[in-house]
Amino acid sequence: MTNITLTVNGKSVSRDIPDETLLSEFLREHLRLTGTHVGCDTSQCGACVVHVDGKAAKSCTTLAVALDGAQVTTIEGLANGDLHPMQEAFTEHHGLQCGFCTPGMIMASVDIVNRYKAEGRTLTEKAIRHELEGNICRCTGYHNIVKAVESAAAKM
Amino acid sequence: MSTGIGARVPRKEDKRFITGKGRYTDDIRTDNQAYAAFVRSPHAHARIASIDTSDALAMDGVIDVLNGKQLTGDGIGNIICGWAVTSKDGSPMNMGAWSALATEKVRYVGDAVAVVIAETQAQARIAAEAVVVDYDMLPAVATADKALADGAPQIHDNAPGNLIYDWEIGDAAATDAALAGAAHVTEMALTNNRLSPNPMEPRSAVATYDTAEDHYTLYTTSQNPHVARLVLSAFYNVAPEHKLRVIAPDVGGGFGAKIYIYPEEITCLWASMKTQRSVKWTSDRSEAFLTDAHGRDHISTAKMGFDADGKVVGLKVDTIANFGAYMSLFSSAVPTYLYATLLSGQYDIANIHCNVRGVYTNTVPVDAYRGAGRPEACYLIERMMETAAREMGKDPAELRRANFVRSFPHETPVIMTYDSGDFGANLDQAMQAADVAGFATRKAEAASRGKLRGIGYSSYIEACGIAPSAAVGSLGAGVGLWESAEVRVNPVGTIEVLTGSHSHGQGHETTFAQIVAERFGIPIENVSIVHGDTDKVQFGMGTYGSRSGAVGMSAIVKAMDKVEAKVKKIAAHVLEASEADIVIEGGEVKVAGTDKAMAWHEVGLSAYTAHNLPPDMEPGLKEGAFYDPSNFTFPAGTYICEVEVDPETGVTEIVQFTASDDFGTIINPMIVEGQVHGGIAQGVGQAMLEQVVYDDEGQLITGSYMDYAMPRAADLPSYGVHHASTVCPGNPLGIKGCGEAGAIGTPPAVINAITDAIGNNNLAMPATPQAVWKALQAAN
Amino acid sequence: MYPTKYHKAASVDDAIAALAGGEDGKFLAGGMTLIATMKQHLAAPDVLVDIRAIDGMKGVTADGDTLVIGAATTHAEVAASDTVLGLCPALACLAAGIGDPMVRQAGTIGGSIANNDPAADYPAALLALGATIVTNAREIAADEFFEGLFTTALEENEIITAVRIPKPAAAGYAKFRQPASLFALVGVFVAQTADGARVAITGAGEDGVFRHDGLEAALSANWSADAVDGVEVSSDGLMTDIHADPAYRANLIKVMAKRAVAG
Repeated sequence: MTNITLTVNGKSVSRDIPDETLLSEFLREHLRLTGTHVGCDTSQCGACVVHVDGKAAKSCTTLAVALDGAQVTTIEGLANGDLHPMQEAFTEHHGLQCGFCTPGMIMASVDIVNRYKAEGRTLTEKAIRHELEGNICRCTGYHNIVKAVESAAAKM
Repeated sequence: MSTGIGARVPRKEDKRFITGKGRYTDDIRTDNQAYAAFVRSPHAHARIASIDTSDALAMDGVIDVLNGKQLTGDGIGNIICGWAVTSKDGSPMNMGAWSALATEKVRYVGDAVAVVIAETQAQARIAAEAVVVDYDMLPAVATADKALADGAPQIHDNAPGNLIYDWEIGDAAATDAALAGAAHVTEMALTNNRLSPNPMEPRSAVATYDTAEDHYTLYTTSQNPHVARLVLSAFYNVAPEHKLRVIAPDVGGGFGAKIYIYPEEITCLWASMKTQRSVKWTSDRSEAFLTDAHGRDHISTAKMGFDADGKVVGLKVDTIANFGAYMSLFSSAVPTYLYATLLSGQYDIANIHCNVRGVYTNTVPVDAYRGAGRPEACYLIERMMETAAREMGKDPAELRRANFVRSFPHETPVIMTYDSGDFGANLDQAMQAADVAGFATRKAEAASRGKLRGIGYSSYIEACGIAPSAAVGSLGAGVGLWESAEVRVNPVGTIEVLTGSHSHGQGHETTFAQIVAERFGIPIENVSIVHGDTDKVQFGMGTYGSRSGAVGMSAIVKAMDKVEAKVKKIAAHVLEASEADIVIEGGEVKVAGTDKAMAWHEVGLSAYTAHNLPPDMEPGLKEGAFYDPSNFTFPAGTYICEVEVDPETGVTEIVQFTASDDFGTIINPMIVEGQVHGGIAQGVGQAMLEQVVYDDEGQLITGSYMDYAMPRAADLPSYGVHHASTVCPGNPLGIKGCGEAGAIGTPPAVINAITDAIGNNNLAMPATPQAVWKALQAAN
Repeated sequence: MYPTKYHKAASVDDAIAALAGGEDGKFLAGGMTLIATMKQHLAAPDVLVDIRAIDGMKGVTADGDTLVIGAATTHAEVAASDTVLGLCPALACLAAGIGDPMVRQAGTIGGSIANNDPAADYPAALLALGATIVTNAREIAADEFFEGLFTTALEENEIITAVRIPKPAAAGYAKFRQPASLFALVGVFVAQTADGARVAITGAGEDGVFRHDGLEAALSANWSADAVDGVEVSSDGLMTDIHADPAYRANLIKVMAKRAVAG
């Protein structure tokens, strides 16, 4: 057991956790933030993506104990009260169906747009498709997810 | 903004999903929560010599370790297949015993042998590895053709030669005669590759037993919670229905895989009683590959005969279907009544015969996966059509057109009666949208870049709206396939609709609300849809076979008819008018042609205050209905795929994909298009990426996303989705259904396009880069 | 996962001492492979020593014309580094194509080469570029470092601290991805070095990353995609799996080699 203190969605949290606790478990089971999902066990589906210190990370392949002092943002904390433009775009463009991959898809997409904006690069449809390679959706066929990311990128 | 039929209404359910507030089964944690982990067979076929649980029982946090003998000893029944298919010699199908926890033998890698219940999931999983099972190995067989061969390992004692049934449909002699007289016969051997459905939410169950009430509650990832309760009660003897509540909360995709009641849910319920703890199990993805029912897996040979004018005169098909180690819930119907009955495709074919042998193998059970039998039929017919066109030197679109069914109703030789359609309209729309006329130019331009460009068609038809209860009953179904609904108008005029359909991505909370809001002229915000809980909804058959619109919404319409009738009676009474003059319009209940009106909510209030109701009228405003369809529905359409192949690597890019569908009435085009997109993606997955592979010993090779290729965004194009609709005459809204079309129509379009590009028709699914490259090498 | 004890090392000595405190300890960097393996119960280290916070383990510098990359530098950092883009853009390109964006933001160059997965990208680059692997104990030439499937020349208690990569005159990397895992089904790194052309291939060999004499000879004589055409690439010793057999891999080696040279 190790005590860790970190900031999750803007609030400081401190917990004693077994060292092998994954960030996804820490969020879901210890903090009961169940918006972060786990869809595979080989770090490929991306349903678990959150932001750690502002960058997208797969919480299912991250040890919580290593994040003492870190800033973590989950889907629940992406926007304060209102919706983030990416959240709005996903619903406007019907970029979700069952909703299971959606939190990770949105968190990864926000990271994509943030990186492209920071680097001054243009986010084309092809680039979005390529950048989404760490997120798997079984419902939408990606068509509307790509549209949602394009649309949100214009507003972010 | 309109929210009625035909409006692109944003989904009411989205907010909880985009903010992380969805409530999936694994999100639920009850008081007194314990966790289950299953001890699974590492062998494809073996006898269980002994199980030693002593080490596991002594481990930290372990509450109990339970096995199959205890389970059957407590009277838990075997898992059943609910559709009795009879062999052509009249003998019943050979259903082998399937216990939720194996007792004598294991029959596939992943077969559950015991379950550990522990305080944490990690403790349960670690202890499961400490259960020592001594196996006596038996030879195993993984493919259906080998399982039928002489000397193959015998998997179930009551299925000699591993044959489940040997079934046929159609007239063999007439078909043989037609083929013998044909001017041209196209012959093909076709494999429909085995797939894993892979909804992104892994299966999960939380089972609680209330000792005081002797009552069970099961939260589970189900497409049909009432069917789950029915089967758990009637066949598995877990508890009588009034002592068992099944809740399917938010469910993260199903695609068929969450229709069935699996060993894990049964075991969790039983274990919750045994241990007096709430028991939770959540599959990880590896376990999902080992245990979720797989789909497809057919081996077929087919002959299609044409007369000198290119008219199809006969189709003869022989299919072997791999069932896996046990017969899953609907497994028997998939390669028979959901497959062979669609072998006429969109074509007027006088003679069809199909023989199907169902076969046990040492693999995961196979059952319905999006499309369920219809993709297999469509693939066969549409590959045959394209191939025949090439062999006869005809244009593939025109060969199809010349054979289209043109008048309705049309009875096929394989027991279906097509009710409506305009297949030529869909073909025309797709060809225009795909700019088929410009293909030659695009092909030449691609060639200048060193790419091989090809085009492929698929004109699919499917039978949806499953299904008329009497018809399926006569074919062996153990249940009726109607749907129920209840429309509750509250005293303030808001409405709750209780439906037996289940939404796990389909957007029912929006589309169902649209038809209610439009009918009664109230804001869509004032309508909520309740589903997925056997304590709330009286009964229902759930969501599969593209039935929620055609059957589920029809039940709602029937209930709304009753509500409307009562509303009119109340308004006529209060407004002192004739019932026949009452109209519901713009949120008001009016006397036509006058200014006499009641607001909608005033009618609701009147019904509940009951101060001034017609004599003998009961108070309240709540009506229920059961809707049993009169026929299947027949969505159809044409898909055109255009690909470019890199001859150096075999990499295929879909550069254009065009769909023209006839789904009948469309309630929400945005949602319908989303269904098509997803279906196409799964169809492309089957055609180019996905395949479950077992080795000769029955070990699963594609046990994770490291080897099972799921379609990603970069693997797929944007899709051109179009509609040319004819109204379905069989249900009140004219809906045909849209959930499976993409998965059905897409695979042959893709393979037809790739084979066109590479000039070699001998290409199996999935057309991976290696497969395409090898086919190119063979062609050159 | 099995229980483990986590230690964030402050220095190399601290890391080695912490590792010695366990029976089956492992160094942890990005964890992209190790944690995944632990989740599947295929590894159960009793001690995990996180080396990412050790001073000097992270970052990219230039030592004259030699690129020096700290072992705990992430793939994303390598991909975005102006220093890397200046001295060896092909390496930045390779790093930008590893895994997916989340993997690139967590996974490290040291972790990748210490694991020496036969389908990993970095081993091909380091071998082709004639890199030197710097550890707490010594410097190891890439030719000596990559010994076979998941095996390297690293001794127990040896930590990679950095890699040193001499600037090539030209270099390129082309990867053909395995469609499911996105790892390299075949990846070919070509480099024009002081010792002539060096060509290293990942994803294809039964014994892991390897150099290809025929391609090196051809490209040493004529650094062009056309030069690859005449080279015989044998399928002997190439891996077979459900995604590619040796003949297909041999074909991909040639095609990827041409594309790597063409850039």
